[in-house]
Amino acid sequence: MPTQLLRLRVNGRHEEVAAPTHWTLLELLRYRLDLIGSKQGCDKGDCGACTVQIDGRPVLACLTLAAKAETREVTTVEGLGFMGGAEGCHPLQDAFDRWDAAQCGFCTPGILMSAEALIRRLGRPVTRDEVRDALAGNLCRCTGYTKILDAIVDASERIHDAGEAASA
Amino acid sequence: MKNFSLLRPRSLDEARKALVDGAPKAAPRGAGLDILDHLKEGLPAPDALVELRRIEGETGLSLRAATAGADGLELGALSTLSQLAESPILSGPYAALAEAAGQAATPSIRNMATLGGNLLQRPRCWYYRDRELVCLKKGGDLCLAISGDNRYHAILGGGPAFYVHPSSLATPAMALDARVRIHGESPREMPLDELFVGPAEDPSREHRLAPGEVLTHLILPTPEAGARSAYFALREKQSHDWPLVEAAVALRLEGGTIRHARIVLGHVAPLPWRASEAEAKLVGQKPSVELFARTAELALAPARPMTGNAYKVPAARGALRHALHRASGLELPA
Ligand SMILES: Cc1cc2nc3c(=O)[nH]c(=O)nc-3n(C[C@H](O)[C@H](O)[C@H](O)COP(=O)(O)OP(=O)(O)OC[C@H]3O[C@@H](n4cnc5c(N)ncnc54)[C@H](O)[C@@H]3O)c2cc1C
Ligand code: FES
Ligand code: FES
Repeated sequence: MPTQLLRLRVNGRHEEVAAPTHWTLLELLRYRLDLIGSKQGCDKGDCGACTVQIDGRPVLACLTLAAKAETREVTTVEGLGFMGGAEGCHPLQDAFDRWDAAQCGFCTPGILMSAEALIRRLGRPVTRDEVRDALAGNLCRCTGYTKILDAIVDASERIHDAGEAASA
Repeated sequence: MKNFSLLRPRSLDEARKALVDGAPKAAPRGAGLDILDHLKEGLPAPDALVELRRIEGETGLSLRAATAGADGLELGALSTLSQLAESPILSGPYAALAEAAGQAATPSIRNMATLGGNLLQRPRCWYYRDRELVCLKKGGDLCLAISGDNRYHAILGGGPAFYVHPSSLATPAMALDARVRIHGESPREMPLDELFVGPAEDPSREHRLAPGEVLTHLILPTPEAGARSAYFALREKQSHDWPLVEAAVALRLEGGTIRHARIVLGHVAPLPWRASEAEAKLVGQKPSVELFARTAELALAPARPMTGNAYKVPAARGALRHALHRASGLELPA
């Protein structure tokens, strides 16, 4: 099987990995780098469970060739704790815990990565409608979304307040 | 997933060479979303992917950029749908294209999918997408939608195959009179509607790019003053789905009178469907609720629904009325 040597940054770490040329980024993350937070749900773009960020934008790892991530900055749910949260826990993760926003949890990593990008892009507390739009590609079979929306709005408010307090 | 090799040319000429050398089993890759689907699902798929994203220099930049040129707006084939949806250039007369780009698929897919790949993606017909079935598109002798479940199939212009054209961007692009620029043996341009091939001409393909040709730009001609456009799609769910029906309208008004009209319906026919007769009836008229309702009747008059998709006729009429009202600024009565 033809393999390639790929250089990419994953969660701030430089990685050099050999993988078959036809592997997706999701396969590379899960089966070479042991980053199994990103889930392989439908494997065809329908569910969003594999959502990661490339250069800060949410994309589907199941439909991204690993080769395409070369020289780019990949962030997975495992890297979320390094993105501005205290002690390795991002305010979004904390809010999901407080609001019981995860049941089986399969959709959670993808949702967190979509939500983080939204909050960072807007740079202010987000509305429920904005969250609905941003999560339009993330399916959840368990929660009915209500608590997910609550948690994300809450986290965005806390992130904003913390930012205000820090700059005051 | 089927294996393949990945080639990374640095220039369009290198890409062309790789594609010609590998023909017919080499294909250009935009984001590769539809190609990966074919590879994973065991559908007819290339052995070699020719990466367009590594093309360098000014050409590389222009493949991702939206620039206002002498002939109009030039949109690079590698622009993502998110880029198009958010582009400040695509407002006013070009709004229909940004609206379609912003509603297609899901946010993360829009962050990946390219303009060129969207226009050239293969149909979503579930008989075509089933690896076990050999339909007309895959060399069989019959379109399986005829006697099958055809709820998402064509009501206009179908036959001998009844799939619908999958691209949400083709519909507004055709309403905006778009042209495509192609890098091939010699560079050429053609109107977008001439790029597409219907099933009566050749059921095995949807476009007439020759092996080795790369679509580099979509060109939207500079509209005259008073031009505006709008897009409207109806979906089963608000996201994730391809539209059931969609409509794009480009109008130019002068002193309250319509001077130019172009109507294109999507997901109703194997090609983006131009409603020329209905367009002609708009010219010289003033926008009104009655006029737009009549236009929608006329546009759908030739419809021949199949056993399971008669709902698409009123749905397309409704989508068209929405688009006409939005484009003209006339409120749609409740
Ligand atoms: C859940 C889901 C929902 C979706 N909903 C919609 C929707 O509502 N509307 C819609 O329009 N689409 C929808 N899509 C489809 C999606 O938009 C397309 O798959 C995507 O646009 C393809 O773009 P790409 O860049 O990945 O193309 P690729 O997969 O890279 O290419 C597609 C085809 O075009 C060829 N190609 C690509 N670029 C060029 C070029 N520059 N020159 C010559 N040939 C080229 C390739 O060889 C291939 O044959 C949906 C997809 C999913 C998974
Ligand atoms: S696993 Fe990627 S979208 Fe479902
Ligand atoms: S918590 Fe189970 S799918 Fe969302």
